[in-house]
Order: sequence, then C-alpha cells, then structure tokens
Amino acid sequence: MATEKRTIFSPELAARFDRLVTLYPVKRSALVPMLLYSQDEVGYISPEVIVELADRLDIRTNDVESVLSYYSMLRTKPVGKYNVQVCTNISCMLRNGYGILEHCKKRLGIGHKEVTPDGLFSLEEVECIGACCWAPAVQVNYDFYDDLTVEKMDQVLDDYQAGRGKVTV
Amino acid sequence: MPKLVSHPDEVRIISRRFGTGAENIDKYVELDGYKAAQLCIEKGPEFIINEMKASGLRGRGGAGFPTGLKWSFVPKNVDRPKYVLVNGDESEPGTCKDHLIFLHDPHAIIEGTIIAGLAIGAKMGFIYLRGEYRYLLKIMEKAVADAYAKGYLGKNIFGSGIDFEVVTQTGAGAYEVGEESALMESLEGKRGVPRIKPPFPAVVGLYGGPTVINNAETIASVPHIFLMGGEAYAKVGSERNGGTRLFGISGHVEKPGVYELPMGYNLKKAIYEVAGGVLGGKKLKAVVPGGSSTPVLTADELDVGLDFDQMGKAGTMLGSGGIVVLDETVSMVEFALRTISFYQHESCGWCIPCREGTDWLKKTIGRVYAGGGVEKDLDNIKYLAENMMGRTFCPLGDAAAMPTIGFIKKFRHEFEEYVRGNAGVSPAEHDAALVSLG
Repeated sequence: MATEKRTIFSPELAARFDRLVTLYPVKRSALVPMLLYSQDEVGYISPEVIVELADRLDIRTNDVESVLSYYSMLRTKPVGKYNVQVCTNISCMLRNGYGILEHCKKRLGIGHKEVTPDGLFSLEEVECIGACCWAPAVQVNYDFYDDLTVEKMDQVLDDYQAGRGKVTV
Repeated sequence: MPKLVSHPDEVRIISRRFGTGAENIDKYVELDGYKAAQLCIEKGPEFIINEMKASGLRGRGGAGFPTGLKWSFVPKNVDRPKYVLVNGDESEPGTCKDHLIFLHDPHAIIEGTIIAGLAIGAKMGFIYLRGEYRYLLKIMEKAVADAYAKGYLGKNIFGSGIDFEVVTQTGAGAYEVGEESALMESLEGKRGVPRIKPPFPAVVGLYGGPTVINNAETIASVPHIFLMGGEAYAKVGSERNGGTRLFGISGHVEKPGVYELPMGYNLKKAIYEVAGGVLGGKKLKAVVPGGSSTPVLTADELDVGLDFDQMGKAGTMLGSGGIVVLDETVSMVEFALRTISFYQHESCGWCIPCREGTDWLKKTIGRVYAGGGVEKDLDNIKYLAENMMGRTFCPLGDAAAMPTIGFIKKFRHEFEEYVRGNAGVSPAEHDAALVSLG
C-alpha cells in the first residue's frame, strides 16, 4: 500500500513495513515492532514517525503515543550513537554492576540518560537484560557484553570510540 | 557470547543440542529434529495431550501449571481461530535460560509450537521475544524462514495437508509483558496492561480466540517428550514434577551458569557442587531461589528439592529457576531496596495496590537504607506488602510483595540495625541507593 505513498523511511524499511502489516490477523499487531524498527533507523520516535505509523496502521496518533510511552526501550529524543546500557539488577549488582556503572559515568563524564557532547555515547542504567549468569552485563545498542571487569569495559568503550565496535541492528 | 557450562549431574534433554550448531536446520534434523512434530501429525491431538499429561511437564515460566492440562482446556468446537503464543519475554531478574534456547536451539521452539498447535487445532503461532534480545530474534527469524523453505511451516506442513504459520514478534522493553494477558495486549499492538480473568486465554485469548500461552522453555521441552515418551520424561523428575529444568545459578558462586538438572534436585547441592560453591570461599547468607519475585531462603533452609511442590512447602517458589546466591557481605536492606526498585519501575500502573504499593515500599525501604528509618517503618513495610497480595489483576503485585515480606521476616534484625543507626550509609551512598531509573 504505502510504497507509492510518500514515506519518511528508507525504501528497505518501508518495504519491510508493507510486508509486516500483512503477517497478523490484525494490522495493529505490527505497532510495537514498527516503533522499534523506526527508532533503529531514525534514532528516536519523532513526531513524523508517529504520524506515518498511525497512517500505515489506520489508527490515531494518540494510540501510537499511548503505546510509545509504555515501553522503556522507546524514546522520543535522540541518544548517543552508542547507547551504553548497564544492568544493575540483582545478579549484576552482586557482581559489581554498580562499579561498572560508576566507571562508565566517570569515563564518559555523563550520568543516567545523558549524552556526551560529541553525540558518540549515551549512558543508561537498565533493569535485567537476561544475562544474569554472565554478570555483570552491559548492552551497547543491541550487543551484549558480559562477565565484565572495569578493564574489559574500557576495552569495549575504546573499540566503539575507535569505530571498531560491533553493531547489530 | 554467553559461556556454556557443564556438570556431571546434569541430565541434558533441553540443552542436548546446545553448542552443536543446531541453529542450522540440517544439523537440527540430523539430531532428531522435527521427528516429534511428524509423529504428532500422524498420531493426532488426543495422543499429544495424553503424552503431555503423562510427561508431568509443568509451566517453566514460574507458575508451574501442568502443560497438558492447560492444552486440554482449549475448547474443541469453536469457529474462532485458535492461537499458540510462546512467551520469550524473559525478564525476571536472575533468569537467562530462554536466552540460551533461542541462541542454540531455535528449531526446538518452532517444533514445540507446531506440536502445541496440532494439539489444540491452531493454525498460527507467535514467538514473542523481549526487545533487548535482538540478536536472538535474528536467529529465531532465520530458523523460521528455514523451516518455511523446507515445508515444515506454511501450507501443507510435512505434506500432511495441515497448515501452520509462525510469526516472530519483538517487544520493546517491559517486564509486565511477560504476564500472559499483558503479552496478548502487547501482541495486539497495545500498552502491555493485564486483562481480568476469567475468561482465561484458553477460552478468550489473542484476538478473542482460544489461545495457549507457554513459556519458551516449556515449548522447547515439548519435542523431547515425544522423542522419549511422556512416561520416560516424567521419570527423570520428581513426583508430579516431570523432566528437567534449566536452572540459572548466578550471583556469588564460583561457576555461575545455566545447568540442566532433574526436577527435585537438591538446592544445596546445586549451589555447592554444581555451581562450585560460594565465590571466594565466603559464607553463604541467603538465596533467592527462583527469580527475584520468590521469597528468600536463609543459609539453613537450603536442604530442599528443586521442584514446584517441595519449594512451595519450604515457603517459597520454584519460579523461573533463576537461583541467585548472596554471600555474607551483602546488605539485605540494600538488596531488598534494589529488588523493590525494579518492581516499582516495572509496575504498569494499571492496578492501584501495585502502582502505589511498590512506590511506597521503595520509599520506605529507601528511607531505612539511608539511615532515616524508624521502627514503625518495618511494620509498615510488612503491612503494605501483605495488603498488595492478591489485590491486582496480574501477579506483578504479588511478585513485588512476596520477596519484600520474605526479606523483612527473615532479616528483620538487619533492618533494625539500619534503624538504630548501626549500619547507616554515607550521603553519597544514599544518593546511589535511590536508584535513578526513570
């Protein structure tokens, strides 16, 4: 449907969305994945994203906004190119998760949900990311780093700083 | 890449293919993959449900409801479409077992979904993964595409004349969505708030159709039940607790990891032998035995079998199988604060006792931790938590209240030390304690 329409997304993502909405008994089921995939491409959920998703799913923009505000991974402001998410939940806490968080704060010079001035990094303290047996664990965007020490964390940040970091989308 | 561990006491059924490259469909088929689905097509729904009942398999998400019985509740003659929904929203702190299944054995999830579909007469299944598991979603998506290409999914699966579609779905960050009715809401493109029950999903579920919702580990266990036979599977476990389970042992142990142990395996042995004992030879103080929502056990309560019934008798729960070990250096007040902070953050706000209760518990425990608590706070914590129990649509309220009651009952003396000013923390630590997750 939307291929001949104007879209704010890349042709690949627009085509992906065209297909996605056909997979479910009800089109709206595609909303949560579409929000996340839009964010991956645009960087955050912009007002334009909300309008286009509402249009594609034949729902109101405030339906999209109400869903958007519920999920913790979705955001309405840009973050750093590399979003460093440090887990401090119980298993990570017992394995120095807070130490890793403090180290990241110091090294990057930013706090929870802040972005470095060059826009390269942002930092977030997050709840359990499902890597408890390999704690402490961190996610940079979608990539997991586990069994961390302060030294290993530095290595991870060095790699991203130098543009050698892993990037799964 | 998460490290795989092993121990001689393990009985490897679900984890049998871990590390063998079975995410590749040909390898999976070589290792008896999709045999169970073909057997089930041949034998039909009644056989499937009988074998499932005989297996004694109980829901691995935490509630422990018998899977075969759950499937049998789906009405046979309805004209609405039926659905299978696999819950891979794994978010309970301490739990990372499904992570490994998605990583190493995605086809077992697909095969289990097909069998559940055959049992209830569904033509469509959904596999829902939490949003953080993007790399695992990609593995799952590839496995699904490969299964379609081979004719194991889609029209006329295995040439049987039966159609079965599978769709993978990603979440976007929400613990609450792991609750079955909230999961359905999320899959319908809405906020993940719970639905009131009854009606139960088996009657009115996804898109209003009868729906079976199972945890990813439950579904991954299903093909093995048909490879072994239900009775043989049941025998591996303990009484009324069939089979094995993936136990994730984390925290202060020498060899943390996910171990597959028979149901009923002794908890103390799991910690001291399987996981190599307490880290650095320190003394054990407490164990959270089945994910962060299960009531804590003290060091002298560990001689108990890891199954739903024995853990229940011990005053706690088997839960999600996430065993978190705490050594003597841990402040139970700080640990209780971190636990309630999580539930306060994740409460969806739908039910007032949970929304307000978690917030007041966090504030009160936070005040005690910061050294500003009074004796009455300790009774208030207990009173608040006890009054959340059973008063919410979904179990998140209970999940927040149960561990809190456990901490205050079993470690009240530690809370008292904080109140008396003998264990206060510095203002800097106080700021750190008021977990800033927003």
